Amino acid sequence: MEASATPATSRTITVEVNGESYEREVDARKLLIHFLRDDLDLTGSHIGCDTGNCGACSVIVDGTLVKSCMMLAVQADGSSVETVEGLANEDELVPLQQAFSDHHALQCGYCTPGMLMSATALLRENPHPSELEIKKGLQGNICRCTGYWNIFEAVKAASE
Amino acid sequence: MLLREVEYARPASVADAVRLLAADDGARALAGGQTLLNVMKARAASPDALIDLADLEELRGIELGADGTLELGPMVTYTQLMESAEARARPILGQVAAQIADVQVRNRGTLGGNVCSSDPTNHFPPLMVALGASFTIRGADGERTVSAADFFLGVYMTAVSPGELLTKITIPSGAGASDAFETVPIGRDGTCIVNAAATVSGSGTRVAIGCVDAVPVLVEPSSSEPDVVKEAVRAAQLDPPSDVHASADYRRHLAEVLAARAVERAAKGRS
Ligand SMILES: Cc1cc2nc3c(=O)[nH]c(=O)nc-3n(C[C@H](O)[C@H](O)[C@H](O)COP(=O)(O)OP(=O)(O)OC[C@H]3O[C@@H](n4cnc5c(N)ncnc54)[C@H](O)[C@@H]3O)c2cc1C
Ligand code: FES
Ligand code: FES
Repeated sequence: MEASATPATSRTITVEVNGESYEREVDARKLLIHFLRDDLDLTGSHIGCDTGNCGACSVIVDGTLVKSCMMLAVQADGSSVETVEGLANEDELVPLQQAFSDHHALQCGYCTPGMLMSATALLRENPHPSELEIKKGLQGNICRCTGYWNIFEAVKAASE
Repeated sequence: MLLREVEYARPASVADAVRLLAADDGARALAGGQTLLNVMKARAASPDALIDLADLEELRGIELGADGTLELGPMVTYTQLMESAEARARPILGQVAAQIADVQVRNRGTLGGNVCSSDPTNHFPPLMVALGASFTIRGADGERTVSAADFFLGVYMTAVSPGELLTKITIPSGAGASDAFETVPIGRDGTCIVNAAATVSGSGTRVAIGCVDAVPVLVEPSSSEPDVVKEAVRAAQLDPPSDVHASADYRRHLAEVLAARAVERAAKGRS
């Protein structure tokens, strides 16, 4: 049997995050969100609820939108992860981020990294979503400040 | 949240997974993790070892037989159920998957995890009972198949014993049948307060009601007429729980109304 098939409390994982490859030893009990924030110092992804409800921790793993508090870091071994830090090139915002700014789609900004990743995943799969599809695409993300309307407008603008 | 220390393994074959589960009483299968990780955070369970099923391609199949039988691997995600052309042979599967939580949960959560967690508020247990699904379970001593009626045993309890793995879910042919699912959830696509899954076919009407008992309650009314369905549900003498979301009386009321609606819609789909 391969080493990965032998139960162990920690293991060495290789993960690509925003195009950069990392090899780290991690405890099996470490959630992906803590690996990103504490081990890699990528603090853009936030922890809101830690129960899979709020979506502030949303990242894209191998092209799939997930909540990184609902996944172990060891489960991401061999995967490619995208976080909010990977969106902008150098100092230039991508159109979606610019649309969030233009439409005042954030107040405190706590939910914003997760909203941006959910909207990114949505627009990749469906570049011109209907209004209902935008709402459904953001369903897993809670915002305590904006009332959602400006977020919705920003995603709509970015899809036009 | 820091979880309690736990071992982790990602076996490359079902045989290895079963061996690892059988070797350690405290080992648990890890599917999508959308229930198990929360359970571990809350310390409601603290497995010694997690056996991750992620690499087991043999558990990800969606196969439509020539006779219309659907064989679903337990690791099929809700998103895959919604997108699979084969699964569309029984459209209700994708329709119900689409009502669970949100994109992120649907991308990770699996059909196998949904039924194995046997949460009385989950969407799939009543649907599996209404469709007459059967479940293939593999353990150290080989394989066996149980009906949906024998699969769901209690809250968080199924026929899958420690050391065993659910390896296949078989849905009988939907030829001549029509299905429907009705729920009153907490918010759009939220947790169900009561749900009802109905199948109407040449061999009769089956409606399975969820959230009113530890396991889905199957009612087989003699016709699809709303009054007949409601009367059949009443005769089942449900004793549902009361909580912040609904009183027992209100759940009893919803059970009748949702069962009648589900059956009515399924019957319409047939004609
Ligand atoms: C925010 C949120 C909202 C949700 N809302 C709903 C909802 O409205 N309706 C609903 O139905 N669900 C809901 N869920 C639960 C979700 O559907 C889970 O995905 C599902 O209950 C468990 O599936 P999983 O693949 O994540 O399994 P896991 O969490 O990995 O496993 C669950 C249990 O099943 C066991 N198990 C899994 N696969 C197997 C197997 N093949 N053989 C033996 N044992 C196995 C595990 O050991 C564990 O005990 C929600 C979850 C979240 C986070
Ligand atoms: S912190 Fe992950 S969903 Fe809220
Ligand atoms: S901007 Fe404050 S939570 Fe969304």
